Amino acid sequence: MAKLILQRLALGVLTLWVVSILIFAGTEILPGDVATAILGQSRTPEAVAAIRASLGLNRPAYIRYASWLGQFVEGDIGKSLANDRDIAPEIRERLGNTLFLAGVAAAVAVPLSIFLGLVAAIRPNSIFDRLINALTLTTISVPEFFIGYVLIIVFAVKLDWFPSLAMISADMSFWERLNAVVLPALTLVLVVLAHMMRQTRAAVLSVLSSPFIEMAFLKGIPKWRIVLQHAVPNALAPIINVVAINLAYLIVGVVVVEVVFVYPGMGQLMVDSVSKRDVPVVQTCGLVFALAYVGLNMIADLLGILSNPRLKHPR
Amino acid sequence: MRIFGYRISVGALAGFAIVFANLFAAIFAPVIAPYGQADLVGDVWAAPSAQHWLGLDSLGRDMLSRLLFGARTTISIALLITICSFVIGIVTGFAAAIVGSWIDMVLSRFVDALMAIPTLISALVILSVMGTSVPVLICTIAALDSTRVFRLCRAVGLNIAVMDYVEVARLRGETLWWIMRREVLPNALPPLITEFGLRFCFAFLFIASLSFLGLGIQPPLADWGGMVRDNAQAINFGGMAPLIPAAAIAQLTIGVNLVVDWFLSIHSRTHGEGA
Repeated sequence: MAKLILQRLALGVLTLWVVSILIFAGTEILPGDVATAILGQSRTPEAVAAIRASLGLNRPAYIRYASWLGQFVEGDIGKSLANDRDIAPEIRERLGNTLFLAGVAAAVAVPLSIFLGLVAAIRPNSIFDRLINALTLTTISVPEFFIGYVLIIVFAVKLDWFPSLAMISADMSFWERLNAVVLPALTLVLVVLAHMMRQTRAAVLSVLSSPFIEMAFLKGIPKWRIVLQHAVPNALAPIINVVAINLAYLIVGVVVVEVVFVYPGMGQLMVDSVSKRDVPVVQTCGLVFALAYVGLNMIADLLGILSNPRLKHPR
Repeated sequence: MRIFGYRISVGALAGFAIVFANLFAAIFAPVIAPYGQADLVGDVWAAPSAQHWLGLDSLGRDMLSRLLFGARTTISIALLITICSFVIGIVTGFAAAIVGSWIDMVLSRFVDALMAIPTLISALVILSVMGTSVPVLICTIAALDSTRVFRLCRAVGLNIAVMDYVEVARLRGETLWWIMRREVLPNALPPLITEFGLRFCFAFLFIASLSFLGLGIQPPLADWGGMVRDNAQAINFGGMAPLIPAAAIAQLTIGVNLVVDWFLSIHSRTHGEGA
């Protein structure tokens, strides 16, 4: 088992490394580079060469990659092209905001969806089950911004319970922050809830059809005990996997939701930087998002291995 | 009622109706739209009236007309993206499945690495360098999305590539292209058709999201995601303007999903038990 975990960790690190190369190369091999992006349409070859020299773009690609990655690991992530300021403090603050929003959403969505998924698995094909089915189709079809705007209209404009814009600043208390992110967090919860619920239901149902569950039924054990004590431990690996995939999805969903609610997070920063064509900031944001995404998938794999008792004893 | 000799459910019928209505709107937008997509015809965010059934938008343009033209832009771009991603994905996926060896190895590892980054994030990185023009958007999303098609085609192709008739074709000395086109593709069609519907939904939602972020289709072209963005301010006055294009996006995705569900159900019924 230790070997398996080490293999997984090594694979995760390898993936991260390849991802960093891809993000670097993505801005490298494509036509146009940072220099042409700064100068726009009115560029002359001399001006491009001058800017390339001042940014160090005339060094070979592998050297620039090495220094870029080295600086990133040290926490020095370079300067923004738009205003020539260090991006590290801003990214740190915005990353905190994004993690807060995603964390609140996850803290609600994960327990709720697992609970509802279990209820649906206990009563397959009931009205409740069909309701979940319809809800899933709706939430995968509806773009995040639609859910966000409906929530704003209902809870911010008509009922006036929560602010429509999720303004947040460093001097706000925890509860003020929580109040500010209620609507964006709720949007994210709705986006991932149905999917997580369905997958949990499917995982538990597939275990429920195995012979040892039938045996438990024949012994006369009540249904809730069969589900909780016999089915859930065996369905844990797929459930953990689904949770991790959806948390990873949250990281991407956060980009659109932050724009809807004008929330000062990483997603908003990345979108702004793309429209300003501020490539270094985009690269950094992209790398941070990818790190979180790969990291969550790796954690899911590790937990999946740990939760499988069969792997505890080597054959 | 039956379509292609199969019983059709209420849901599927609704799905077909939605898809055809959207296609009709997209094709005949210039004929049926009462106003042009860039014409200023009245007050900003005027309420719906007899002349303007869905009201006016943030600049005083007719919402209904822009919705119809938006269908044309958004649907055609999403379709193009899906077709491109399928061409790339099918050719590379089947090639990996049929040839195997190092080609399969290289392609699969490359796709694994690409899929380790969320699509939206990769797209944003690429767009920051290339800028946002329609051809760039189509190529970028098609290339990123083709990784999913590749995975499916490789998996389906691997099952078909071991069949006797493929072996016979190989021994006969047929080329890779011929085997791909005449032996593997026809047998892989049902899952590919389903996937086409789902990938279309993905591409459609993706381009709408990008436009909503201001990084997709650029004005003055009307498109549904961009219309949500343009009218987002109306929400603070309790206006419904941004919800109309957002609902348009939702209805088409739901319609396509209903058709795909129906196709999946007839397919599993006819082929599911034996094979």
